[in-house]
Amino acid sequence: MKDSKISSFTDVQEELKESHKAPIAESKYKAHELAKSQREISIAEFFEKNRHLLGFDNKRKALLTTIKEAVDNSLDACEEADILPDINIEIMEMGTDKYRVIVEDNGPGIVREQIPKIFAQLLYGSKFHKLKMQRGQQGIGISAAVMYAQLTTGKPARITSKIHPNEPAHYYELKIDTQKNRPEIINESEKEWSKDHGTRIEMDLEATYFKGRQSVDEYVKQTAIINPHVTVIYQPPKGEQLMLVRASDKKPRLPEEIKPHPYGVELGMLIKMLQATEAKTIKQFLRQDFSRIGDKASEEILENAGLMNNTKPKDMSRDMAEKLIHGIRNTKIMMPPTDCIVPIGAELLEKGLKKEVNAEFYTSISRPPNVYRGNPFLVEAGLAYGGSLPKEGTLDLMRFANRVPLLYQQGGCAFTESVTSTNWKQYGLQQSGKNLPVGPIVLVVHIASVWVPFTSEAKEAIAHYPEIIKEVRLALQEIGRSLSKYIGKKKRVGEEMKKRSYIETYIPHIAEALKELVGFDSKEEEKVRVLLASLLEKKRGALEAMEFDPSKNKEYDEEFAKIGRDDAEQGEQIE
Amino acid sequence: MLSKVSKLSDASKQITETAKRIYSDIKKGKKAEVESPIRSLSNVTYNEKQGFFSLKGNMKKRTLSANTVKTFAQTLRLMTLSKALIESNDIATKREAYYVSKNWDAARFKEQPESDSVMDDIEAMFQVNREQLGFIADEHGGSVAGELIVIDKDSSTGRDVRIDCTKFGSGSYSIPSDVESLRFETKAEFILAIETNGMFERLNKHMFWKKSKCILVSMGGVPTRACRRFIRRLSDHTNKPVYVFTDGDPYGYLNIYRTLKVGSGNAAHINEFFCVPRARFIGITPKDIESYKLPTHPLEEVDIKRIKDGLKNDPFVKTYKTWQDALDKLLKSKNRAEQQALAKHGLNFVISDYLPEKLKNNKDWLE
Repeated sequence: MKDSKISSFTDVQEELKESHKAPIAESKYKAHELAKSQREISIAEFFEKNRHLLGFDNKRKALLTTIKEAVDNSLDACEEADILPDINIEIMEMGTDKYRVIVEDNGPGIVREQIPKIFAQLLYGSKFHKLKMQRGQQGIGISAAVMYAQLTTGKPARITSKIHPNEPAHYYELKIDTQKNRPEIINESEKEWSKDHGTRIEMDLEATYFKGRQSVDEYVKQTAIINPHVTVIYQPPKGEQLMLVRASDKKPRLPEEIKPHPYGVELGMLIKMLQATEAKTIKQFLRQDFSRIGDKASEEILENAGLMNNTKPKDMSRDMAEKLIHGIRNTKIMMPPTDCIVPIGAELLEKGLKKEVNAEFYTSISRPPNVYRGNPFLVEAGLAYGGSLPKEGTLDLMRFANRVPLLYQQGGCAFTESVTSTNWKQYGLQQSGKNLPVGPIVLVVHIASVWVPFTSEAKEAIAHYPEIIKEVRLALQEIGRSLSKYIGKKKRVGEEMKKRSYIETYIPHIAEALKELVGFDSKEEEKVRVLLASLLEKKRGALEAMEFDPSKNKEYDEEFAKIGRDDAEQGEQIE
Repeated sequence: MLSKVSKLSDASKQITETAKRIYSDIKKGKKAEVESPIRSLSNVTYNEKQGFFSLKGNMKKRTLSANTVKTFAQTLRLMTLSKALIESNDIATKREAYYVSKNWDAARFKEQPESDSVMDDIEAMFQVNREQLGFIADEHGGSVAGELIVIDKDSSTGRDVRIDCTKFGSGSYSIPSDVESLRFETKAEFILAIETNGMFERLNKHMFWKKSKCILVSMGGVPTRACRRFIRRLSDHTNKPVYVFTDGDPYGYLNIYRTLKVGSGNAAHINEFFCVPRARFIGITPKDIESYKLPTHPLEEVDIKRIKDGLKNDPFVKTYKTWQDALDKLLKSKNRAEQQALAKHGLNFVISDYLPEKLKNNKDWLE
């Protein structure tokens, strides 16, 4: 889905170039007239007019997207360099609907000559079409944020980066030439920076800041929950600085990059790969540029495709490429390796949840890896139930992809479909039709993949691949079963408690009535009470305490939990 | 058993004994139990010779446990109230008893049907009549007019009071809730028990009782226990037949007539004293609907259910082919007819034609 969108952007550009090339003769036909107003549009220009595609649809979202893109890059860079990330985020109010955003990391830094392209050229970067589990995928995000800032305030982005304690820091003021999609260097200098290494970006942009749902505050908090190895220092425009210190010093294992699996390749991508390959023959191409293809598999594919083993990749026509796709589809190929994905782990996921919500019951699961369209992926889910969670309202869903919180487009997300198509009634919750279940529940779902299929470039919702929906559902069913066990037990204990209080309520009445009817004294009445109590409660045994104990959850961090919730929501929580 | 009816203090003694038994069980560390007959049609039998529904003897045992502790407490509480009533020679209506329970905190009854049900259980447990427990019905027992003198007592002087039921004009004598001490003088030939007050008033206004030498009793729907006992005592005293005039529908046949004649499944323990085996049915039969061409209403779902239930479960219906045929016929015709439907042939057709014809032609009577 992602692929097709990207190729369509390039297509737009190429088509426009073509039309430009055509010689425009005298205005003989209407088409000639129209041709005069036709001109090349750069991708940058295209995005300028279609900012919603990248998550800049409104001022509120623009602030979040800008910060999110910068933080994604910082975290990816730190992890690639095997550094425990320390991220500084600062938002300053500069005037009505004008904000300054500063994101600073302790990453490996960026070499001087790469800085302009990374921050001020769209679709530049190391990540495009790379099959590796990481946050950024295209090399669009941060340059789009720079462009948005430039468009709304006219101010360049200020970048400082340092790669080694012995090297000076480089400072750039950058704009994007939106016509040419090229960086425009406004200012450049060397600079003293006390940091050993790292990168800092500062942008002024039109935005609005809100607390509560879908806010930067919530994003920062969820980022901390899902990345327990990260420390975030966050200064919102109003109020105190927040220090979200890492819960774990253990860095996640570095994910490995894999070559594409033949099952996931489409015609357009295959043609590009054929043009780019260094392989001499098509057989070599298959073996070198794809995962899971050996001698035998490559020969089988070519036989099924009706192609010669020694065909040169550069000589492959479109028809032949189509035959090759056909051949791949008709050959049984081993599924891609799955050790390239690094799960957060059920335990850490649960720990993060405990920090955020003070519930009475927690459960979590990390599913084994699976494959959609040749891309390995893995689903994890965690659930918190009851306790201080509000009893009214539907389940609260927190979505994550490759350790990035997804705050928008919940309705259009494959995760949501998995939740609503799960029958929660069998786990003891209320649910009307295909809706979110009702109950005091926070549910966390995380997908980790070498290529997370989003529904748009804004990376807000997961595309509806049946394999993904099914995997998520399997995870939900598993945590649903342990939830239902807990709810069942709680119900039984509750009924037992009710019976016991019942006994206590009515024993005095029996004793008093007997006293009147038989005619004994008050001392005897008390004896009868005691006898009755022991008689009725004798066989009922000890009861496990199921009452919610707010102090039981040692991980719970009240200050932390408050982040990203507006006052109204906090009110509900207390209730 | 009849002696029981007269010796009221028996109930009080039984209450005390039961309480003592429960107390001693508790002292022994045993879970106390109380037992009462199952109150339903399935637990009664009927034979013509005996003349009433009698208990089969299936018992419902209630053991003191977490699940029964509330009802247990309420039962004992109500027994305490009953004992106090008997000992102070006082009475409480069912409604009043329900309100007294409001003093019992958590053990109070939420709605009157709850207290009525516990009261019925206590009655059945001791096999006594509600009145013997000091409780009386909320509604009055029925109206009487005709050739009858009731001898009651003036509660202040204790002297006899003679009540002449011919002297009420267009009004009537009202049956009290306790009829045990009443005595009767009459020269009537029969007793006519009528389902509706409307029909009773018509017959009373036209002094049907004078013309036919009878006593008219209005039951106003299903007869109260007082009404049933009054008719029973009257019929025992006079040795005269009792004719029952109801609507032509399953409610009139089963709930009213059958209950009056042989008793009910719900209060089977008192049937022996409250049945009127002499009662005969002269109400609207399915055959009458046809032969008098009476206007009808369609049977409703509850009527149909009642008929089917009667055919299947009612020991009285199962004994008499004539009743089974009548109910079958009604079911097939899908219609019912009220007493008042006779007014189609003139308001006083019932006096001039229907009742005289019915009373003459006893071949068509149903058991």
